[in-house]
Amino acid sequence: MWKKLEKRTKSNIITYGMVIVAYIVVQGLMMTGNLSSLMQGLLVPLCAYVILAVSLNLVVGISGELSLGHAGFMCVGAFSSAFFSKCTQAAITNSGLRFFLAILIGAAVAAVFGILIGIPVLRLRGDYLAIVTLAFGEIIKNLINVLYIGRDSNGMHFSMKDSMSLNLEADGEILINGAKGITGTPKDSNFTIGVILILITLVIVLNLIHSRDGRAIMAIRDNRIAAESIGISITKYKLMAFTVSASLAGVAGVLYAHNLSTLTALPKNFGYNQSIMILVFVVLGGIGNIRGSIIAAVLLTMLPELLRGLNDYRMLIYAIVLIIMMLFNWAPKAIEWREKHLKFKRHKEKEAQ
Amino acid sequence: MKNFKKAASLLLASALMVTSFAACGDKASDSSAEGEATASEDTFKIGGIGPITGAAAVYGKAVENGAKLAVDEINAEGGINGKQIEFKFEDDEHDAEKSVNAYNTLKDWGMQMLLGSVTSNPCIAVAEETKNDNMFQLTPSGTAVECVQYENAFRVCFSDPTQGTECAKYISENGLATKVAVIYDSSDVYSSGIYEAFAAEAKNDGIEIVSAEAFTADSNKDFSVQIQKAKDAGAELVFLPFYYTEASLVLQQAAGMNYSPIFFGCDGMDGILDVEGFDASYADNLMFLSPFTPTSTDEAIQTFVTSFKDAYGETPNQFAADAYDGIYAIKAAAEKAELTPDMSVSDMCDAMKTAMTEISIDGVTAKGLTWDASGEPSKAPMVVKIANGDYAVVE
Repeated sequence: MWKKLEKRTKSNIITYGMVIVAYIVVQGLMMTGNLSSLMQGLLVPLCAYVILAVSLNLVVGISGELSLGHAGFMCVGAFSSAFFSKCTQAAITNSGLRFFLAILIGAAVAAVFGILIGIPVLRLRGDYLAIVTLAFGEIIKNLINVLYIGRDSNGMHFSMKDSMSLNLEADGEILINGAKGITGTPKDSNFTIGVILILITLVIVLNLIHSRDGRAIMAIRDNRIAAESIGISITKYKLMAFTVSASLAGVAGVLYAHNLSTLTALPKNFGYNQSIMILVFVVLGGIGNIRGSIIAAVLLTMLPELLRGLNDYRMLIYAIVLIIMMLFNWAPKAIEWREKHLKFKRHKEKEAQ
Repeated sequence: MKNFKKAASLLLASALMVTSFAACGDKASDSSAEGEATASEDTFKIGGIGPITGAAAVYGKAVENGAKLAVDEINAEGGINGKQIEFKFEDDEHDAEKSVNAYNTLKDWGMQMLLGSVTSNPCIAVAEETKNDNMFQLTPSGTAVECVQYENAFRVCFSDPTQGTECAKYISENGLATKVAVIYDSSDVYSSGIYEAFAAEAKNDGIEIVSAEAFTADSNKDFSVQIQKAKDAGAELVFLPFYYTEASLVLQQAAGMNYSPIFFGCDGMDGILDVEGFDASYADNLMFLSPFTPTSTDEAIQTFVTSFKDAYGETPNQFAADAYDGIYAIKAAAEKAELTPDMSVSDMCDAMKTAMTEISIDGVTAKGLTWDASGEPSKAPMVVKIANGDYAVVE
């Protein structure tokens, strides 16, 4: 049975299986009470980062464009959904339904931003694209930092100046408070929803890659002129990959926002540092390798927490481990050594031939 | 063969995951077992959270040092109710997500009471967790209103609105000025929080805000535009609700523009004279609201400053002072509530909640410091004026 399956199907099954097995194992540990509070607290962020890494891999690996603004889309998804949840907290008491709607809203708003930004940006290539996406990510963050939205008996109030110019009535409530962001988002995320979202992300991304559209996207990546000459619409397919990726990043943002009661657009969580962090997941896991992205995201998110025992040296060791892992994965000499001594890759290639 | 390899790799990968997760689990159960063991050995376990790496590391480090100093002193004198204190501080990189991770790590360690988080936003996120676990939380320096919105949370410092209101009151009561300009950091919670409260109170006190100009963390080097606007509007006083690093630049640039109104700041201004390369004469006549001045002649403060200098080789700032008072407040409340280390976290919290409102401590940030059930401290703000390159308390 297993032998008859196509290579690609098998690879997909392994990817899905890996996530499901991890889920079952973690659930088992949780039920038997063997999972530390730290790990339990890390589960939802892990899911969010895995989704981010997989979605960015669609742009960087499959579409071959270097995007440095991924945290911006996460930010959009996080804020739009948190805003929705905060608004409707009283109206929709069923947290499952509210969270489901929040996810849809986060994904939709991030997708709209993806299209808006994609239209001008995707005309650029290489370094220029990287620089412009970086700038857009920062713009989104800064816009949210000056956004004030309040609500009172007269309806919604909006300002870009400060919370006093909202002129709220006494019964008013500030929903988005500029740099203070949104506080009091209901904690709707949990690990099960996170894993379901990872699986949905994988279904979307893997199916897109292996579809006709996916092949068109890869054709553009491999040779733009050849692709154009056979009638593939460059803008359309690039925009498709970019928008799907943005939308999934928005979903990750929803998950992230509903895990913490406070949401602020700081450089730390939605700035370019975060974008680069996501890119590091993708690069470490292997550009174009979805399974690798998942593993890299899990490893790199857990690493700084597991290194807490080292106290002051924690971030230093983290950086060094990161460099070593990158070298082991990507340095030509390291690859050569791996092939010679681990023999694993060479066998596989021979068999493939 | 290929299939075998694939299956083997899958097996290995899952085995790796299981062992790594299981390892974490083991560690947790070990540490909780340890926790129980040490609990029966009679020590209180107090955890601290704050940034000790990243941009806000100065504040976290100060809190860590201040708290450790207090813990060492208390332990040397016999501890709380005769039981020693164990203190552990975890890094949160000034990030809400990391702060929750740090909190969970401390929980695994067996923490019974929390001194933290140091910065506002992470503190709000952690407060949500402590509420769920019903763990006693005392933040030394989380100034945002929401930090202490739940019953189990208290704070040592002033809240943002209190500071803004007190500043406006002080300015109007002492007739310092009627035309005021404000420069604030709109990307910072602390700064914009104080500004909003200040503006609200100014209306009631007959202070006219003639210009209110913002800057952000990305543009905090050149303030000439904001200063020029304040100057053009004829402001007699410029209110600077932000930290001393930026304030030192404002003062320097204002002097360069021959503009010398009264400058008035908040507790973030403490430490301005220690900025490297800053000519202290620019800060002459700068006034600011502060709960703590290291140069005060008060005996308790002098002892604290001296032992802090001996231990860490630097002058303590207000964060260190807040943390120092925080640990002593925990001690006082724990003694009042007659806590014993074998109590459950939740029982401790319930006892501490009531005890906190019944104690009064003479700390380094205030004399006769008391708390009410809302978690806010009641203490009189001090106004400090810089004269001849030194801090002096305005009576």
